[in-house]
Amino acid sequence: MENAKPVIEIDNLTFTYSTAEKPALRKVSLTIYEGEYVALLGLNGAGKTTLQLCLNGVIPHLVVGEKAGVIKIMGLDTEEYPPRELAKLIGLVFDNPEFQLSQMSVAEEIALGLENLGIPTEEMPGIITNALQAVGLSGFEERSPFELSGGQQQRLSIASALAMQPKILVMDEPTSNVDPIGKEEVFAVAAKLNKEKKITIIMAEHEVEVMAAFSDRIIVLNDGEVILNGTPVEVFTNVEMLEKIGLRVPQVTEMTHLLQKKHNLSLTGKYPVTIEQAEEMLGKRLA
Amino acid sequence: MTDPVIVCENLWHVYPGDILALQEANLTINAGEILGVIGQNGSGKTTLVKHFNGLLKPTRGKVLVKGVDTAGKRIQQLAKDVGYVFQNPNHQLFARTVEAELEFGPRNLGVPEKEVIERREKAIEFFNLQELRNHHPYRIGFPLRKLVGMASIYTMHPAVFILDEPTTGQDNVTTRTVYRLIHKLRDEGSTVVCVAHDMILLAEVVDRMIVLRDTRIIADATPREVFSNRELMQSTHLLPPQVTELSLRLKAEGKLPEIELSVNDMVAGIASHLAK
Repeated sequence: MENAKPVIEIDNLTFTYSTAEKPALRKVSLTIYEGEYVALLGLNGAGKTTLQLCLNGVIPHLVVGEKAGVIKIMGLDTEEYPPRELAKLIGLVFDNPEFQLSQMSVAEEIALGLENLGIPTEEMPGIITNALQAVGLSGFEERSPFELSGGQQQRLSIASALAMQPKILVMDEPTSNVDPIGKEEVFAVAAKLNKEKKITIIMAEHEVEVMAAFSDRIIVLNDGEVILNGTPVEVFTNVEMLEKIGLRVPQVTEMTHLLQKKHNLSLTGKYPVTIEQAEEMLGKRLA
Repeated sequence: MTDPVIVCENLWHVYPGDILALQEANLTINAGEILGVIGQNGSGKTTLVKHFNGLLKPTRGKVLVKGVDTAGKRIQQLAKDVGYVFQNPNHQLFARTVEAELEFGPRNLGVPEKEVIERREKAIEFFNLQELRNHHPYRIGFPLRKLVGMASIYTMHPAVFILDEPTTGQDNVTTRTVYRLIHKLRDEGSTVVCVAHDMILLAEVVDRMIVLRDTRIIADATPREVFSNRELMQSTHLLPPQVTELSLRLKAEGKLPEIELSVNDMVAGIASHLAK
């Protein structure tokens, strides 16, 4: 990623909610590059949502608290630009699509965000068609958002964010209320946007197996601090450290760790994080 | 010896507006069984299990709880035998403190006051709610609120425990409490019906799985049988846990003898296979 340009630069960010005693984020410094697919891991309360709200300027503009440090989105300091401006660069998708959906039809749902950005009405149909196509919901324009399945609702939320043509898409546990096929749909759409449109994805998730398969980089937050930051293999190799703070690693990683630790089995190379990696590692050994 | 606690005979359910949600469901759940119910959203899982405690009444067919037809029974009468933990705790919790929430169920069932308090304390300890006992349930975070929902059913000691998506929205710490709960219920001889998309959970805790697709029960088998049935898994858009999928692939290549359902079993399986 050395040649890629940074889209998010966070320097020494500390934020404390006005109602809280201790900071929700502490001395966070991160650089995220264009086109990266980044996963945020951490327990509930570790700071994942706070960090995401800092990215689109909701913090510090709309949430009261004490902020130190600098966040730049595509070079713009979030302190100086209101969320309304930042929304053109960065789209947010929440965990529960029902909280986001409010309109009578799928098309109106997407139009709402465009109206807020001041997009002329005559340009909207084209943008809506493209956004729905990108998430596999073409032809759903007149349907009620509330009749859609969980996976479809969440893809509609992504389409709404996408219609604003952001460079960065931030997703807060986008599949926590979605069935397995719906999860796959949401991850596949995010991966496609990432690959084809070079949209930078930042996704908070609990499902480590899925994150291992999809993301380029995993950032682990604990108690407001970044404690690990690297590729899935680099991060999940820290099995004991992650378990100590209450996080799980992919099943095949845990398996490898236990085989080495309990059975002194020397398995050469790095810990696997995906089925394919584990199959390759064990396939030779068990042959 | 089998001891049926819940029996569905040709159960159908049609929601108002002629929406068919469940058809021809035949099912017997025996005392002490740990049963997983899986299938896509909208396949009829929640509709099925809502009949077990009378939240829904059959449109056709019947449901017997401990041999008694639920048709003439009110939810309150069935609550003694069947506890239902909602997917969303907000549909369930209403008291002003966690303590009051845990006391409400058993007190309502006429459990003596001394025992109500004992049950409350045991639940607080088991679910690690010590610091939250005087909190309003709506002022604590979702994962812990969900544990309060489970604890408030646990204090009622129902013979049948229905869990609807118990690990959804939970992190790894609260998820472990759900595992402990199901193991504890098994040890206590309770019957557990767990509706879930979380295959890692089900693979580890259930003895039997029923699979729903498009309003019908299409399979009733052990987790091993369900996960090894590729056609069934694909047609219901389900995925086995990562370690189970790995064991399926290695077994197919003749490199492992068994299909494994948990990380620990997989580790033991590989170690013993290599020792040979």
